[in-house]
Amino acid sequence: MLDMRRVAKVYRTELVETHALRSLDLHVAEGEFVAVTGPSGSGKTTFLNIAGLLETFTEGEYRIDGVEVRGLGDDARSKLRNEKIGFIFQGFNLIPDLNLFDNVDVPLRYRGMAAAERRRRIEESLSLVGLGSRMKHYPAELSGGQQQRVAIARALAGSPRLLLADEPTGNLDSQMARSVLELLEDINARGTTIVMVTHDPELAARAQRNVHIVDGVLTDVERPRPMAEPAPALA
Amino acid sequence: MFNYYLELALRSFRRNRVLTALMVLAIALGIGASMTTLTVFYVLSGDPIPHKSRQLFNVQLDPRPLAGFQPGAEPSDQLTRFDAETLLREAKAPRQAMMTGGSGAIQPNTTTLRPFIAQFRYTTADFFSMFDAPFGFGQGWSADDDGARARVAVISKSLNDRLFAGANSVGETLRIDGNALRVVGVLEDWTISPRFYDLSTSRYGNREEVFIPFATAIDLKLSHQGSVSCHGREVANDTTALNAPCTWIQYWVELPAAAQVADYRSYLDNYSSQQRAAGRYERPPNTRLRDVMSWLDHKNIVPGDVRLQLWLAFGFLVVCLVNTVGLLLAKFLRRSGEIGVRRALGASRRAIFTQYLVEAGAIGLAGGLLGLGVSYVGLWMVRQQPVGYAGLAYLNLEMLLLTFVLAVLASVLAGLLPAWRASRVAPAIQLKSQ
Repeated sequence: MLDMRRVAKVYRTELVETHALRSLDLHVAEGEFVAVTGPSGSGKTTFLNIAGLLETFTEGEYRIDGVEVRGLGDDARSKLRNEKIGFIFQGFNLIPDLNLFDNVDVPLRYRGMAAAERRRRIEESLSLVGLGSRMKHYPAELSGGQQQRVAIARALAGSPRLLLADEPTGNLDSQMARSVLELLEDINARGTTIVMVTHDPELAARAQRNVHIVDGVLTDVERPRPMAEPAPALA
Repeated sequence: MFNYYLELALRSFRRNRVLTALMVLAIALGIGASMTTLTVFYVLSGDPIPHKSRQLFNVQLDPRPLAGFQPGAEPSDQLTRFDAETLLREAKAPRQAMMTGGSGAIQPNTTTLRPFIAQFRYTTADFFSMFDAPFGFGQGWSADDDGARARVAVISKSLNDRLFAGANSVGETLRIDGNALRVVGVLEDWTISPRFYDLSTSRYGNREEVFIPFATAIDLKLSHQGSVSCHGREVANDTTALNAPCTWIQYWVELPAAAQVADYRSYLDNYSSQQRAAGRYERPPNTRLRDVMSWLDHKNIVPGDVRLQLWLAFGFLVVCLVNTVGLLLAKFLRRSGEIGVRRALGASRRAIFTQYLVEAGAIGLAGGLLGLGVSYVGLWMVRQQPVGYAGLAYLNLEMLLLTFVLAVLASVLAGLLPAWRASRVAPAIQLKSQ
């Protein structure tokens, strides 16, 4: 699903060169739940941005679902991102003046889906996260946990093959964090590959596999645990 | 997607009402000022006879003395009576007309109306067909009537309404300065603006109510009105006499084909050479044959202050647009977070650029609507001015459409930079900083 070989990212200014990632090799198989851990400034977020096609890399190769992304133009990268990747952010990143329905609708609009199909998917994904009855509510009317659930619904509505989560429980209390993590596990059990960046060792322990990044180098890769039998994917 | 972008634009307007109102107002003021002056310019510089303006030509000859001659200098705008009558007699063009303006007292046949002064045009038979004057009743006079100095006249619709209550007055008698003329034709409403065929008097609006054969007017000694320029060494006693060295007659020809134009130019040069050989002209052939638009351009039909106002108004529009660029930039970049989210969810740079350009265009459309109101007020103010063209300052359908096109174009232009900047927002930074 995600295959990075010798991927490096260097930020250059006139005075200084910063190596955010150094020759990173990572293969994530379809259906895996991988946690990426590491201290602040280690390159976790850079890795996630490159994995999500939000940033380009300086060297190496990166294939997502068999497609080599090096050399792709912005239109092709955006299409790939829209069709294959779902994002979940620490700060939820919902658009405040759109109601839940319209927030979940955003990625589907860019895919050019018909209105009826969009409606079906939005209702289904909001129901899956337990917010089917609150479609006309605005983000400000929800708790943090509920907002993260909406973000998950938005990420799932387009049926992505890969879900990228950046500290998805970082802004939640422990009860809400647990509930969001259970939801992610459920989604993974349905067959969606998940790569989650986190500081929290307890959270990382719930993933099937842990990857550790320090100073832009992938230093510690645990062997994957046996995967659960995937449940039917969300249509 | 266009509908989606429009929906987002409307949502954005509701979210930032004050900022949006400021931008709409800036565009409206710029567009309103520009359209007001552009309409005045358009009215003044428009083609008064679009379907024939390339076929109608003003004739200029140079009968002045050699003293003061400079090669390439402009000849007289008008012709002497001798030259005009000779050109008319030789009739080298398919149609030609000589003319001048005049005025006199009209004495109504009824006792209920008092005598009043009216504007006249003394001309020749082809005038009506050359300038497509529309007839409600009857027709123009013939070349034979010109030759016979017939006591005939064509009158305007307004005069016919006034004297004959709008009835068919062909055959009726019209009394002018004590002379009886037979009405042979009544024109429909006819407006040529600017009145290109004679710019020596009023340039705008057709106030001429009676058209009389030139020879008849001379015969009846009807009064002439318009500029007269005499170039003889001695003061002419009768400036309108056949051989008076005075130019006071407008002369127009209709030449439908390019070859006819070239032939007529040669004819004018030959005529000038002949007149010089005969001792009447002193200068070498110096002729001009200008079509309607070239003639209007030559006569600087658009006053200098109107041109200046136009440039000032467009300058004002540019200032308004620069302000709008700043406001749009502030508005769009304030939404960098949302842009980052949209990019992460699959929006390409092109999609973001288009979304914000649609928003700028929608602002322009609203600005155009308000600008239309500003234009109406501006043109009303122009109509209150004591200038000859004041009564013509109205917005027509063309200018109305142009208002919207200009408004949308201007705002899209103003939106290009802000939309481009919005499309270049780096999503990764925005998503982390949210």
